[in-house]
Amino acid sequence: MNKFAKQLLPFCSLIFIFSLWTFLVPHEFLTFTNLTNVLSRSSVNMIMAAGMTFVIITAGIDLSVGTMMGMCGMVGALVMLLLGGAGWGEVAAGSNIALPGWAVLGGIVAGVGCGALCGLANGMLITRLRLAPFIVTLGAMSIFRGVSLLVNNGKPFTVSAFTLLDTGRVLGIPVSVLLLVAVLAAMAFVLKFTPFGRHTYAVGSSVETAFHAGVNVNRLLVTVYAMTGALVGLAAMITTSRASSAQPTAGLSLELDIIAAVIIGGCSPSGGRGSMVGTIIGTLLIGVLRNGLTLCGISTNWQLVAIGLIIILAVAADQMATRRER
Amino acid sequence: MNMQNPPDALRMEHISKTFGPVRALDDVSFVVRPGTVHALCGENGAGKSTLMKILAGVYQPDSGTITVFGEPRRMATPAEALAAGISMLYQELDLAEDMAVYENVFLGREIRSRIPFAVDHAEMIRQTRALCTQYGFAIDATATIRTLTPGQCQIVELLKALVRDARIIVMDEPTSSLSEGEAANLFRIVHDLRRRGLAIIYISHRMEEVKALADDITVLRDGCIAGGDAAERMDVDRIVKLMVGREIREFYPPRSVTPGEVFLEACGLASDEGIRDVGFTVRRGEVVGMAGLVGAGRTETARALFGVQPLTAGEVRLDGRAVRIRKPADAIRNGMALLTEDRKRTGLCTGLPCSWNLMLPNYERTGMKRILKLKHERALCQEYGAKVHVKWRDPDDSVSSLSGGNQQKVLIARWLLADAQLVIFDEPTRGIDVGAKKEVYALINELAARGKAILLISSELTELFGVCDRLLVMRRGRLAGTLDVAETTPEHVMHLAAG
Repeated sequence: MNKFAKQLLPFCSLIFIFSLWTFLVPHEFLTFTNLTNVLSRSSVNMIMAAGMTFVIITAGIDLSVGTMMGMCGMVGALVMLLLGGAGWGEVAAGSNIALPGWAVLGGIVAGVGCGALCGLANGMLITRLRLAPFIVTLGAMSIFRGVSLLVNNGKPFTVSAFTLLDTGRVLGIPVSVLLLVAVLAAMAFVLKFTPFGRHTYAVGSSVETAFHAGVNVNRLLVTVYAMTGALVGLAAMITTSRASSAQPTAGLSLELDIIAAVIIGGCSPSGGRGSMVGTIIGTLLIGVLRNGLTLCGISTNWQLVAIGLIIILAVAADQMATRRER
Repeated sequence: MNMQNPPDALRMEHISKTFGPVRALDDVSFVVRPGTVHALCGENGAGKSTLMKILAGVYQPDSGTITVFGEPRRMATPAEALAAGISMLYQELDLAEDMAVYENVFLGREIRSRIPFAVDHAEMIRQTRALCTQYGFAIDATATIRTLTPGQCQIVELLKALVRDARIIVMDEPTSSLSEGEAANLFRIVHDLRRRGLAIIYISHRMEEVKALADDITVLRDGCIAGGDAAERMDVDRIVKLMVGREIREFYPPRSVTPGEVFLEACGLASDEGIRDVGFTVRRGEVVGMAGLVGAGRTETARALFGVQPLTAGEVRLDGRAVRIRKPADAIRNGMALLTEDRKRTGLCTGLPCSWNLMLPNYERTGMKRILKLKHERALCQEYGAKVHVKWRDPDDSVSSLSGGNQQKVLIARWLLADAQLVIFDEPTRGIDVGAKKEVYALINELAARGKAILLISSELTELFGVCDRLLVMRRGRLAGTLDVAETTPEHVMHLAAG
């Protein structure tokens, strides 16, 4: 019952904010175009948040997802262009180049692979050197941004022919939507119906207990961070496709939104608690909130303030509910 | 009030306290005279710590009154208890490790110098030294805590209490981490404090200490006063009987197993946690106890066997086969189980469902290596929960909602499901109530009857004598002796352990 009530809180907040905007800016907010827009913007965040859910359930944190997304986009786009037969001069200058299908696929694989490797590196540093996830990913955050700016001297890579993850469709359904559904379904399944998911909760609840019960804690943590990295890579490629270019500054302070969404969705920052449904609701909540604030003509600066307040509020409400339970 | 007699140092009257469904203290009254040492005895979970935490302002009683030197007091916070002149010396010392002795002594009540915001180090050092001279403590006021022995740390705690004008000092198992020489020194100090009119509440499991030091003795059992009297009218037998509340024979299930083949053969075990050259065997169907003082290397031996702390030397054979165990996963694969001493930190995933806790090491062996089978999982949990008589409303309830005894049963069920052949219990009845204790003993017995080898680490001699066939006595990281329970006495074991 109480578990159910906890799930309900973010859901009710979502409904509340949705009704609020419907009331305040009905003509702008409640249109098909606008709502699809919110969904498609949120979908990228949702893919990243799916990985972050695992990380936070293990009582970890990954601050590097935002800048990692920028770097993965750059790497993916670069590989795509080079595979497409472009010379370095053309690539750097940003001329439009036609891309064959296999070059596009190669680029996507490179972007996802780059993310997986970054996550793997994070995980290895956390487990082998026994460093706090906060420290490792804080450092990685800076490194990734530096690298993305270094790749092309701070300039973007133009990939206007890369439309697969933007307008590309299979059986009439956008490829990006298919990917989103697949990722969410797979992650929710792993979390809920596999020993790996159970072990993730166990490690977050008590590393020592998990270790004493024979769980390979290090391997689990490395897998979780690598998996998150791969999902960040995928999100990066979708973003790149939508923008027709890879921006070195893509994903600026995106980690804030992702972590906020996961925590609003009911993950405990101290680990051992959270769900994929909660994360989906949390991501939608932030998406709808930002969209409505924009429609109301409130600047992005104020949006940052609002989101910060919501994080604190969400955690405080959750803590109070937990305390009452005891 | 009679004007001739000075008021009692402490009167705690009709104190009751419940934690959720557990009644920790039930109408407990407790009086300490000034200038005396009052021993508080009782088994683990009898309510001693709860009573003392109420005195220290850590817990609030549900009902009852506290009077300190004739003045009624309400200890709403630890600070108020300190202000009333009550100081606690806990088992785990809470000193700032990297600060000097005098800094710890004056922590929170630093002497200000004339310069704003600055503290007067020289004056604090001078006062600390003066106190040391006055009480005859041999300790360097400027030494860093990290460099001190446990005995010296205790003296720092005492200095802290004295600087705060303590009139009642509570000592909780103060000798548990002390060497014999240090303990003797502590006794001298206790006598001296008493002579100066302080009241000392002394909590200890060691009967000889209690007999040697106490003027009065009060025994708690199951949250009630079981009895109390002047020390000269209490002998050890009477204290133990009051503590246990029944003859030991009635409390422990009868042992009727004939031990079989040797299952565990350990020889020359050593680890970086201070155990050296530990060797012993455990047979199938045999319950082998491990006795020793705190820090003698019992838990460390269990950790080394189970691969938590790798062995630096020695060999382990299971069923005659040499095995190399580098991590707990290896131990579990080889049919070992460890129920750790610290249930909350290393045994359970608190906040997660009972069923998840029960299943944690068992997914692979129950055919759920990759994907869970929820129905099968639920059936298994219900089956094994019933086997250990755990009381839960539903296996999916949070394990934190269970009592300590039921949590322990969930862990026993976990290793029952894992079909462990060697089960190591480290203080399995710590912090669980008497009824659950009895059930845990019955389960241990049942495991043995099914041919499992059992190693039982315990600090309660009555428990070891009640449950085990053989006793291993540890002292300072080594095995001091192996004794047959039928042919030895608790006194002999204590003697070997204290050496």
